[in-house]
Amino acid sequence: MQDLGIRVLFEGSNFLRLLGGLWITVKIALISVSISFVLGIFLGIVMTLKNPVTKAITRIYLEFVRIMPQLVLLFLVYFGLTRAFQINLSGQLSAVIVFVVWGTAEMGDLVRSALISISKHQYESGTALGLTNLQVYRYIIIPQTVRRLLPLSINLMTRMVKTTSLIVLIGVVEVLKVGQQIIEANRYTAPSGALWIYGTIFLLYFIVCFPISRLAGRLEKRWMN
Amino acid sequence: MTQAQKVLEIQHLKKQYGNDAVLKDISLDIHQGEVVVIVGPSGCGKSTLLRCINGLEPIQAGDILLDGKVITDGKTQWSQIRQKIGMVFQNYDLFPHMTVIDNVLLGPTKVQGRTKQEAAADAKKLLERVGLLDKTNSYPRQLSGGQKQRAAIVRALMMEPEMMLFDEITAALDPEMVREVLDVVLELAKGGMTMIIVTHEMQFARAIADRIVFIDSGEIVETGNPEEFFTQPKTERARKFLNIFNY
Repeated sequence: MQDLGIRVLFEGSNFLRLLGGLWITVKIALISVSISFVLGIFLGIVMTLKNPVTKAITRIYLEFVRIMPQLVLLFLVYFGLTRAFQINLSGQLSAVIVFVVWGTAEMGDLVRSALISISKHQYESGTALGLTNLQVYRYIIIPQTVRRLLPLSINLMTRMVKTTSLIVLIGVVEVLKVGQQIIEANRYTAPSGALWIYGTIFLLYFIVCFPISRLAGRLEKRWMN
Repeated sequence: MTQAQKVLEIQHLKKQYGNDAVLKDISLDIHQGEVVVIVGPSGCGKSTLLRCINGLEPIQAGDILLDGKVITDGKTQWSQIRQKIGMVFQNYDLFPHMTVIDNVLLGPTKVQGRTKQEAAADAKKLLERVGLLDKTNSYPRQLSGGQKQRAAIVRALMMEPEMMLFDEITAALDPEMVREVLDVVLELAKGGMTMIIVTHEMQFARAIADRIVFIDSGEIVETGNPEEFFTQPKTERARKFLNIFNY
């Protein structure tokens, strides 16, 4: 039976179709991550401001996004907007919107914590040497913020890649959906195909995420203070 | 002995946080090559005074003059002044993402525009003087507290300041490391460096000071030479303060 199962993987263009599905996954993740990181940096800076209004707004935003399961957010944007406002978004666009909303909140919080974790003595030591404000940021504050931020944000990146598997539920044909289609098509000729296909998908996710998380680990070790 | 030149003059300095007067009316002159040690109870304003001198804290009234020129009139280029007044803090705040040599070269290369090579030669000499030549390429996290503080002193000295401010530089150190740091300061004093030192190490204060300034509740209560101050304090408040250190 098992030889039949693995056959499914290489039959026709099945494997290429899987890779095509993976590309959709990676594409949505990459677009979402890039936009989230840029917006998150701004959000993080805004969150460190002492202004009570911005503080309250960003706090509510962060808590709201964190408490909501991503799946609920996906349904809300994909189905909810259509029903309530007749706004028809494609599954992929909905996915990107939801992941950007979520990723920006998470990234903003990481940036905020990295910024406030640098002690005021670092600013003062630089100032006392005669460095200008700009130089203090350029040579002392930003390099340290980036070092603290990079491992954390790479971690967030892998979480976002993994969470894209949810978008199968709003009908986006990504790697998981392609896998299901292949399994369905071969249900009678190769019943054990599911194991092989899902096993392959597992490996594909691993191949994408493992190097990223290894990189985070290494950077963390190298930059440990 | 002729009167040495005044490096720093503080005239009727007042510093407030809100309605809270931290420094009430401080006047103090520091002469060339003089070592002034400021002592006083915690929260008396002695650290704040140092921070006012190099512009880390705005002041509400009074003047500070460096080499006879007012530096507190709002027109001051603090970046220029801070090169002349080196400061070392309690928490040996080296920059953790840079090696020791990069820490001490940051000021000379970025503020004074010296070349790295030329400044590095000076840096090596100073590091050797404080016994840190073998730590040149280490990161701060690889150093002990005492080593970090010595590196921080070198970082300040690299700017070739006219005077140095030391703000409780041994307060955060383990006792066995206090000595190695104080020895460096003592050596600087012998070399003729003008210094204001805030410290809780009374033995050290007595050994190094040309003049003791006792501050309490934001006022200079007593000044005098160390021998007199520690054996026969003139004021009741100083006597009380010194009693804390006698078991």
